[in-house]
Amino acid sequence: MSDAVSVVNGASFDGAVQVKDAGLVGMVTLRGDFTSDSLAKAVKSAVGLALPEARQVKQGAKGGVAWMSPDELLLFCEYDTADALVAKLNKALAGEHFLAVNVSDARASFTLKGAGVREVIAKGSPADLSPEAFRQGEIRRSRLGQVAVAFWLSGPDTMELVCFRSVGSFVYDWLCVAAEKGTLPEYFNAG
Amino acid sequence: MLILTCPNCGIAADETELSAGGEAHLTRFGAGSSDADFENYLFMRKNARGVHFERWRHSYGCGKWFHAARCTTTLEVFGTYPAQTTEPPAELIEKIKQKCPDFEGFSK
Repeated sequence: MSDAVSVVNGASFDGAVQVKDAGLVGMVTLRGDFTSDSLAKAVKSAVGLALPEARQVKQGAKGGVAWMSPDELLLFCEYDTADALVAKLNKALAGEHFLAVNVSDARASFTLKGAGVREVIAKGSPADLSPEAFRQGEIRRSRLGQVAVAFWLSGPDTMELVCFRSVGSFVYDWLCVAAEKGTLPEYFNAG
Repeated sequence: MLILTCPNCGIAADETELSAGGEAHLTRFGAGSSDADFENYLFMRKNARGVHFERWRHSYGCGKWFHAARCTTTLEVFGTYPAQTTEPPAELIEKIKQKCPDFEGFSK
């Protein structure tokens, strides 16, 4: 099999903030009934984390889990282990109404680092990115330019962003232009 | 610019994050119904001037449908409520009546 590469093959850009291709990330979409105990147990055994509250994202030693909608979770793991994770979920949830799919190759991930990450995203998204409204631990599904993205803060100055791979290079280019030096309004960091 | 709060994920979503789904609470008439009912279901819309109930989808967010009540002349949003209902919640109707004395209540 050919070697898997991420969408812009590890490219990075240093501007007002650093934009970096986050490489290959294992991602599994899990849809199901959040009130079911076996779903919570399956997620716990898969990534070692409890089900997140609405719009929350959690990262642990074994992986991560993000709340995508009232019946959808996105699980994060090592790229190579995503298929095994799906098999594990299929086994644990057999007989229930659920869906688990390895979407690793259908997604692109980027990491933005720097004090101005909120402002870079705010240039293209209608989401309220002010520090009071958007806090660490919250995942926001929104749009950037004209494409759907999801982003969350993994640290005070680190933004993780996930989008469809088909628009991955567009999003990377978009982020690089938005992160050009001297173009940030410094609105959120003022005062 | 409309800002509607999605009842499914709680986000105050900007209009550009949403897709409009047309008038809410239509009664479906399919195969076996009379021509008049089918025509009414397919083509006839209230096109209200004033209070209007609509379907919206949080397409860039959680992807779920919901209902919204708003005024088509002032763009005032009275509220949003889940899609799994055939008519607006009573307390929302009450709230709209207080704000708009001319509003006669929801009718299909």
